[in-house]
Amino acid sequence: MKFAVVVFPGSNCDDDAYHAAKHVLGQDAEFVWHKDTSLAGADVVILPGGFAHGDYLRTGAIARFSPVMSSVKAFADAGGPVLGVCNGFQILLEAGLLPGAMLRNRGLKFICEQVGVRVEETDTPFTAACSKGQVLRIPINHGEGNYFAADDVLDALERDRRVIFRYVDASGQPTDAANPNGAARNIAGICSERRNVVGMMPHPERACEPSLGSGDGLVLFESVVMALTSSGTMRSA
Amino acid sequence: MKARVFVTLKPSVFDPQGHTIADALHSMGYKEIGDVRQGKYFELELDAKSADAARALASEVADKLLANPVIESYRVEVE
Repeated sequence: MKFAVVVFPGSNCDDDAYHAAKHVLGQDAEFVWHKDTSLAGADVVILPGGFAHGDYLRTGAIARFSPVMSSVKAFADAGGPVLGVCNGFQILLEAGLLPGAMLRNRGLKFICEQVGVRVEETDTPFTAACSKGQVLRIPINHGEGNYFAADDVLDALERDRRVIFRYVDASGQPTDAANPNGAARNIAGICSERRNVVGMMPHPERACEPSLGSGDGLVLFESVVMALTSSGTMRSA
Repeated sequence: MKARVFVTLKPSVFDPQGHTIADALHSMGYKEIGDVRQGKYFELELDAKSADAARALASEVADKLLANPVIESYRVEVE
């Protein structure tokens, strides 16, 4: 299975995503530069964390116009699994592949800490090997993770079970105290209508080895391999 | 020709930066100042045949790039 990790100028979690896919999971992985239009036969696309274009104007606002994004959109439209992590999530939002927008953290501070993230739904390629309600300890690392969407959009996301991850406390409850950035309804991650595009603010690729603090994120990578293998679908882009 | 684009957060969006600025003004003694909301201002030098054409071009780029329609609205001024 091949993971394509897209690299924008300013991405800085691309190496972690590559490492997780290739060295921890043992799959094939390659970097795709944002100006390339070929995803080179990838089965999974990852838009990694970082500060594409320095977050100038708005996070992800310029990256969404990169040449690679038309290929990512075509890949997603064909049903291919796409995971946007942190800045990658922001880029998916600006590109309109996911609904809503990101605001500055309500406390205005950049937050770098381990948080509890509850898996809400397991019928996405990236949560297929999880169990509903499972709480993962994963780091967040962002200044603009305050997810916003109009109330009717949020209600539709909930109704269609498109909220995939929520910030929760030690007892697994999505309390306000457990919400690090003010994100609406403690939303940490959502999926597209067809459920193959997932965006999340926490960094699973930085929680794949217990020696680095947590191994809880690996299950997201295992999930997509499992989902693609069982569906018998190896997609070429 | 010059176009100015003012981008502001929609009223329904909480503005923590504006709120912090208001707090700072209050601690400086400016009790008369109420709510503050922070926005963005762009100056565009553009090639256009008329003020209307300039306005249309500025609006187009505001729609596409300068403002995020989910959370921001904008207005254009042409001189």
